Amino acid sequence: MAEYNMHILVCGGTGCKASQSEQIKTNFTDRLNEYGLSDEIQVILTGCFGFCEKGPIVKILPDNTFYTQVSPEDVAEIVDEHVIKGRKVERLLYKDPETKETVGDSKGMDFYKKQIRIALRNCGFINPENIEEYIGRDGYAALGTCLSEKTPDEVIRTIKESGLRGRGGGGFPTGLKWEITSKSVSEQKYVVCNADEGDPGAFMDRSILEGDPHSVLEAMAICGYCIGADKGLVYIRAEYPLAIERLKIAINQARDYGLLGNDILGTGFNFDVEIRYGAGAFVCGEETALIHSMEGKRGEPTVKPPFPAEKGYNGKPTNVNNVETFANIPVIINKGAAWFASIGTEKSKGTKVFALAGKINNVGLIEVPMGITLREIIYDIGGGIKDGREFKAVQTGGPSGGCLTKSFLDTPIDYDNLVAAGSMMGSGGMIVLDDSDCMVAIAKFYLEFTLDESCGKCTPCRIGNKRLHEILEKITDGNGELEDLNRLRMLSTVIKDTSLCGLGQTSPNPVLSTLDNFYNEYQAHVTSHKCLAGQCKALMHYSIDAERCTGCTLCFRNCPVGAISGEKRAPHYIDQSLCIKCGVCLVKCKFDAVLIA
Amino acid sequence: MNRIKSLADLKKLQSEVQSKIKLRENGDNPENLIQIKVSMATCGIASGAKDTMNYLIEELDHQGIDAIVTQTGCMGYCYAEPTIELTIPGRQPVVYGFVNKTKALEIIEKHIKLNEMVNGIIPVAYSTIDNH
Repeated sequence: MAEYNMHILVCGGTGCKASQSEQIKTNFTDRLNEYGLSDEIQVILTGCFGFCEKGPIVKILPDNTFYTQVSPEDVAEIVDEHVIKGRKVERLLYKDPETKETVGDSKGMDFYKKQIRIALRNCGFINPENIEEYIGRDGYAALGTCLSEKTPDEVIRTIKESGLRGRGGGGFPTGLKWEITSKSVSEQKYVVCNADEGDPGAFMDRSILEGDPHSVLEAMAICGYCIGADKGLVYIRAEYPLAIERLKIAINQARDYGLLGNDILGTGFNFDVEIRYGAGAFVCGEETALIHSMEGKRGEPTVKPPFPAEKGYNGKPTNVNNVETFANIPVIINKGAAWFASIGTEKSKGTKVFALAGKINNVGLIEVPMGITLREIIYDIGGGIKDGREFKAVQTGGPSGGCLTKSFLDTPIDYDNLVAAGSMMGSGGMIVLDDSDCMVAIAKFYLEFTLDESCGKCTPCRIGNKRLHEILEKITDGNGELEDLNRLRMLSTVIKDTSLCGLGQTSPNPVLSTLDNFYNEYQAHVTSHKCLAGQCKALMHYSIDAERCTGCTLCFRNCPVGAISGEKRAPHYIDQSLCIKCGVCLVKCKFDAVLIA
Repeated sequence: MNRIKSLADLKKLQSEVQSKIKLRENGDNPENLIQIKVSMATCGIASGAKDTMNYLIEELDHQGIDAIVTQTGCMGYCYAEPTIELTIPGRQPVVYGFVNKTKALEIIEKHIKLNEMVNGIIPVAYSTIDNH
């Protein structure tokens, strides 16, 4: 059997490919062939290392040497020096920007890794349908420690000291929430897990429930111990069938093992968990609406106070936390508050899971420490913008959030900085937009979503958002006027100030944020009736350049509505009254004669 | 299964499971098995992870190769689904992306049978709570 004694891993991620990593691989293979070493050393093209800024990356095994910014011309030197003579090529090693020291051996060193997995620690690692695999990874140890060795107050203090804040979007300190609920006096209290993940493009909670359901159950039991509840409820949307199935399996296994139910671990503590299904209404992610929905009532929010911590499910004190918040709890207990608080920024501790989507190369589920910059997320972990286009903005916080532009690329991401920048953390959807995305259309898209999801209880949200949407439609249809932009702003402010719950109070955010950051695009739509990104169909105008047109009839034959006419070998012509702006002629023309304006 | 009755019981079970996993990883065990984890969250399944998993099970069985194929949750590499993690006893686990049937067969023929790596490895791009 052939046994290679050395492997050369060349990064074949999109970013590195753009800087000739395939050529680097070929050069390695050729050079090794010259030395007759191709049977002993294997060259492999890999996926992204997540360190694209310093790409192309070459890693050599087994000695774990990590070369950065390698060019095809460097290959000969690496082979001659490193492979043949065993001397590392110093100038290509990574230099620590602070200490200026070179780092040659990446073994056990995570200097190039921007992600830390805490909430996702077991996702993709254990079989979620096997409780023993979870137990083997410290599972239920935190619950055991809390029940046997700590008082509820001690546990709450640990959570408070860790600085953990709610991962559902608001960022309320979790320890404080637990403390308030624990102080409410009642015979019956409840722990609720909010798994009603509704933001478009967000799937953090689903991934955790599908990959590591026990971590959530364990944390709910810990929470129950702290606040004095013996009953937990997971409110999960029915559109997540696999997450529900795995959660059910997990609950049954935990019951069989005596980790849920009566007298857990012989400590006399009782706790059990049930599942409640949501029908997928976005507003039910709001905790009061969620509680009403669980009670069998309409999923509509009510005014706070009273907060659920005082009067929640069935009128009893209820602690509502999000899935990702819960998933962090066992680690905080096991590794200590100080460890957790050492990660992140001053006011936002730990990590955050983001669903990275949109015009980005490495679409994925990532977990990064708070305080990382947008640039690191997009260009290192995300591997840059698709097709080498230009970055325009990132939409965070879903329909309640806003856009972060180029000027925020180097802002450390945490709860407070995002709010200061006119967006919000939200549950963690991160949609990357490039220069071909029209910001007015984006604002309209999110508003359409809130329009659908508004429960209709309060007037500003029900009617105000409808009117906002009408104005946006008018603008993207090319009928907007300058005064509309002022109307947008004024109406948005009124909706924000007067809506009943978080949905309405935040729904104009995408409009306001795009107005603030991309006013020129709005202006172009209403004054010169142009969509700068070329997205708004109504504002586009196709025509044929008579000079370039050869009269090949290709466009004429492919036009689905017969809007193109002309004689063979004579310039063709588009009838604007018939044109539906489908763009087929543009794609079909071989002579670049179709113009778009 | 007996109920776990105390924290001591739990710790005992934990160390039992851990040593079982360690034996499997180090390969100093008669069962000495190759282990493949297939990332099977909803999105992975939508990209064909179930087909990949079934194919792996059938093909390994067909070729008489002893291996454990299990499911796991999301590995986070949405751009490269379906993804699998392959552990040859005594070696570091390796993650592969875009594993369709063709790729799966290539991995069996080359990596599992000849111990050669195959193009398309996804390097681990995150640190874990164990080493942070």
